[in-house]
Amino acid sequence: MKVLVGVKRVVDAYVKIRVRGDGSGVDTANAKMSMNPFDEVALEAAVRLQESGVVTEVLAVSVGPASAHEQLRTALAMGATRALHVAADPALEPLAVAHTLQGICDREAPDLVLLGKQAIDDDCNQTGQMLAALQGWAQATSVSGLELDAGGASVTREIDGGLEHLALRLPAVVSVDLRLNDPRHPKLPDIMKAKRAQIETLTLEELGVDPEPRLSVLEVTEPPRREPGVRVSTVGELVERLRNEAGVLS
Amino acid sequence: MSVLIFAEQNGGQLAAASRSAVTCGLELAETVDVLITGADCKPVAAEAAALRGVGRVLVAEADHLGAALAENVAPIIQREAQGYLYVLAGANSNGKNIMPRVAAGLGVQQISDIVSVIDGETFIRPIYAGNALARVRSVDSTRVITVRPTAFEPATGTDGSAAIEAVDPGADSGLVEHQGFQLSGGSGPELGSADIVISGGRGVGSAENFALVTRLAERLNAAVGASRAAVDAGYVPNDYQVGQTGKVVAPALYLAVGISGAIQHMAGMRDSRVIAAINNDPEAPIFEVADYGLVQDLMSALEELEGILATTSSPLGKSA
Repeated sequence: MKVLVGVKRVVDAYVKIRVRGDGSGVDTANAKMSMNPFDEVALEAAVRLQESGVVTEVLAVSVGPASAHEQLRTALAMGATRALHVAADPALEPLAVAHTLQGICDREAPDLVLLGKQAIDDDCNQTGQMLAALQGWAQATSVSGLELDAGGASVTREIDGGLEHLALRLPAVVSVDLRLNDPRHPKLPDIMKAKRAQIETLTLEELGVDPEPRLSVLEVTEPPRREPGVRVSTVGELVERLRNEAGVLS
Repeated sequence: MSVLIFAEQNGGQLAAASRSAVTCGLELAETVDVLITGADCKPVAAEAAALRGVGRVLVAEADHLGAALAENVAPIIQREAQGYLYVLAGANSNGKNIMPRVAAGLGVQQISDIVSVIDGETFIRPIYAGNALARVRSVDSTRVITVRPTAFEPATGTDGSAAIEAVDPGADSGLVEHQGFQLSGGSGPELGSADIVISGGRGVGSAENFALVTRLAERLNAAVGASRAAVDAGYVPNDYQVGQTGKVVAPALYLAVGISGAIQHMAGMRDSRVIAAINNDPEAPIFEVADYGLVQDLMSALEELEGILATTSSPLGKSA
């Protein structure tokens, strides 16, 4: 079986972002960039399926700037079989990314598409569901358990009240949550090998995707700052202040 | 015909997130219509019909809609969306799962998790785990939107009398087989709408110690939350998680116990009215957002807290 994994280049999860003073956006110029952590989990799941013999090919795809080659090389070092880059700069919206992945699905015919449930930059949580809609495929989001065989995929989803178990017909789109696995750190020889590996390319034109955004970002601002708080010295003082000063405790 | 709300039920009641979506919808139009899907919708449909500002309630009822599978529900919303300018749902797990499928079906770019309506085409939504707010304008003819429940008060009213109409429930897609829910089923108030939330982190140390947090929450009629670290460590189930990828809460009081305060966690609680934190590490980042911070060993603090509350408070918490 063949698995397609989406890989997005984002500001690293541990970077404290800076909003530009003129409201034009978030300053990413010198920020450390990484693979979206959810996508890392998706890739790890695909590679483990490959190692267990269920999957024979893992195609890592990134839709984004040329610098996303860096994340695709990480994907190769982690165990992806092939890497494909679709140049898109500025970044596409989720619907256009879904159209791009649809075009790739038409060419590559994967049995399963594994994506992160959201990207930690725009926090949209849309692309997987949109791709499933465009393809008319089954979907499962926020997945923390996954088993795959020729008959289909059995998944566990994290939902508001607990967990949900589903059996999906293939092909399907699965978007993963962080508890599915703990992604590996690639080994040095694999990193070196990935540096020399071929990265395939396709263009939005070849895939027939319209990159025009539907949402324009008018302004990006910092959220209101909280007033500095106080340190209390005892539990008694904490309770007293929560009751009488803040009025939030009876 | 301008706003359609996809509403859902939670234990036979209209979900709080759906009520928030109604409130948001009423900022866009004088009245809103509500669409409910499920295996047994009658009580919830009646509840929705009685809400202030609801014009019509559309009901798609069939067994195959019981588990709210996106493959079955999205085509109904997509069909009923015809003629509406806005389709809204709460940004909870069903809204997040189903609405992008609707948006793609309609060929529009969804606007996720809005916290504010500026005008009919301009909205504010958090990005980067809430560390930035984006003001976005949508050019789509139908705007598919998910609404952050904590940013809009749940709609109220019991004296409305909207017409309830049945609509075609469609057929099962055959793409997915629902194999069951495994619900945590806590007895306390819902995490997303509780007045007080007490959350524990890795610092709590064990599932046994976490029972102390839970006991305190019961005493205060508070909901129990957790950081990702506490969930990953197996102290509590996944649905307790507060944060960028878990639940977003904004209670009157958020008490963080043994939570260091990763930005991903703060994304889920920074809009709480009052934040109190107890941590034995004076450098913990949680203290930067806490209105009240106490540096103390957690277990001794929790025991003292329980002792004080046992002698001086009524069993019910209150929000001011």
